[in-house]
Amino acid sequence: MLKDEDRIFTNLYGWFDPSLAGARKRGDWSNTKEILAMSPEDIVEVIKASGLRGRGGAGFPTGLKWSFMPKEVKDKPHYLVVNADESEPGTCKDREIMRHDPHKLIEGCVVGGYAMRASAAYIYIRGEFYNEAAALQRAIDEAYDAGLIGKNACGSGYDFDVFLHRGAGAYICGEETALLESLEGKKGQPRLKPPFPAGVGLYGCPTTVNNVESIAVTPTIMRRGAEWFAGIGRPKNSGPKIFSISGHVNNPCNVEEELGIPLKELIEKHAGGVIGGWDNLLAVIPGGSSVPLMPKSTCDDILMDFDSLREVRSGLGTAAVIVMNKQTDVVKAIARLSAFYKHESCGQCTPCREGTGWMYRVMQRMVRGEADVEEIDTLEEVTRQVEGHTICALGDAAAWPIQGLIRHFRPEMERRIAAHKAGEPVTTTAQAAE
Amino acid sequence: MSTKPIAEAHQQPDSFAWTDDSKAKIATIVAKYPEGRQASAVIPLLDLAQRQHDNWIPLKAIDAIAETLDMPRIRVLEVATFYTMFNLAPVGKWFLQACTTTPCWLRGSDDVMRCIKDKLGLSKNFTSTADGQFTLLEVECLGVCANAPVVQVNDDVYEDLDYDLTAKLIDDLKAGNVPAVGSMAGRRGSMSKDGPTSLVSLKDSDGVPPWFAEKQASAGGDD
Repeated sequence: MLKDEDRIFTNLYGWFDPSLAGARKRGDWSNTKEILAMSPEDIVEVIKASGLRGRGGAGFPTGLKWSFMPKEVKDKPHYLVVNADESEPGTCKDREIMRHDPHKLIEGCVVGGYAMRASAAYIYIRGEFYNEAAALQRAIDEAYDAGLIGKNACGSGYDFDVFLHRGAGAYICGEETALLESLEGKKGQPRLKPPFPAGVGLYGCPTTVNNVESIAVTPTIMRRGAEWFAGIGRPKNSGPKIFSISGHVNNPCNVEEELGIPLKELIEKHAGGVIGGWDNLLAVIPGGSSVPLMPKSTCDDILMDFDSLREVRSGLGTAAVIVMNKQTDVVKAIARLSAFYKHESCGQCTPCREGTGWMYRVMQRMVRGEADVEEIDTLEEVTRQVEGHTICALGDAAAWPIQGLIRHFRPEMERRIAAHKAGEPVTTTAQAAE
Repeated sequence: MSTKPIAEAHQQPDSFAWTDDSKAKIATIVAKYPEGRQASAVIPLLDLAQRQHDNWIPLKAIDAIAETLDMPRIRVLEVATFYTMFNLAPVGKWFLQACTTTPCWLRGSDDVMRCIKDKLGLSKNFTSTADGQFTLLEVECLGVCANAPVVQVNDDVYEDLDYDLTAKLIDDLKAGNVPAVGSMAGRRGSMSKDGPTSLVSLKDSDGVPPWFAEKQASAGGDD
């Protein structure tokens, strides 16, 4: 279990003053000028050595991502864009950073921005986070007034602006190139890559898009050192991480823990255990709605980090743990996600635009058992046709939950179909067991 | 993809003009973006127009935004129709945006929806009560999953709901007593309801981490 002394977000629950005065007391902005006296390359090296992997879902090494930016600023400015479009079902961690510890994010923008030679950061926050945006804007205003950002930021000689931009309700804008399109004033439809944003990003300029949490941890890494961060968690899966635990637990919560914590420990120590006890667990979606669910047998000893979860064909994603106990209608739970992806498809690529609707309609029938057993295979086949055949990963994200369901709960789907064919009432697993 | 209604011709006002307050805000907003990139302000201006106009955007406002930002009108309209937060037809004073995505559903969003139906007779998207006070929209994940289920009312999210707390929320709104934003169950933030399982040792020291306290002490001063 992570010790309090190693927690980065000490105001996660909003117990303390989120303003600049409170943040300074907790160590934020304490020696930013010294950090900015380092060369950008040296800062990138520290972040690389820390092993920090992106906290927004993909887990790509943050330092490496920064190193893709051009080494000098030519005719176009560089931009840091912060992805605060937190919309992946199950995920609710960046919200807490922005409303309770906003200065960690703003200082992180300065550190990251400097390391990639950016002239400004745009923080793209989802529109629904109205009060969170207000809290973050207050903190930005404080930072400007104190000379921490703007001209000669922190007295370093480096000029750096931070702008807040509110979105307006579109999950797809969490995809980095859709986010850039949206920031430019267009529909949020992803761009083809290459070119990658580090070459051609916002307004055609070199750009790096990072998640809120990834950026917000960087000042602490600079202060406490790469070894400290790398020493927490597991090899190649280092550092503390905020986990969002929702669904059928006694105490849903956000908590900062070390990567690699056993799922069972995470749920039992911090979330009050599964409702009805651990043996009443049915399945867990460990990393936000896009990753495949895991049956209880996997949950018993799985470790919560990028590589461990990949080995069991799921993923850490955003570390949003959605817990389902044995009273859950698991087919319906996944069908609801199919409805989500249908609603959120941007419509640009045919496999996704048509496929999400098709999968949604078939999943609705699967809930009621109104299908032929062979249609489970057809459904699986269609998910394979959508997966990997679209510009962005939304198609994959729509396919994976269904693939996970078929992989682990095919007998449940078949049982419903058999019941429906026999003219018997179609029940959920829990009802059938009674 | 989703669709949303656009107000009928008879509901559309004959004109739309920015208020002085909005004009001042527009200047601040547009200044955030580089010269020639004022189209970036289209979402903020749609939001501004909606706030100025009873929480919905008439087509005349689309025209005004196009003119203000020197954009083709259709580019503004396509943005307005793409993003779920823009209403292109009138909504009630209290715009209920109930989340029913899986994390909220697992925690009882069906009960929330049932309560909204029982108390207000609303179950379909963009339908309003006869008095025009409440409009319902079932929305996708609001990013508040550790406090599920939730309903957003205009700008504010109400958390940790169940049937009874939803009823209380509706009654309070009807009575004009807008509840404090956040958990309706009285929970603080997204901390475990039974008390914190982390950060406890820092509670009495304003969240100052020990490594920083030591650094301060060895530096012998406040800074």
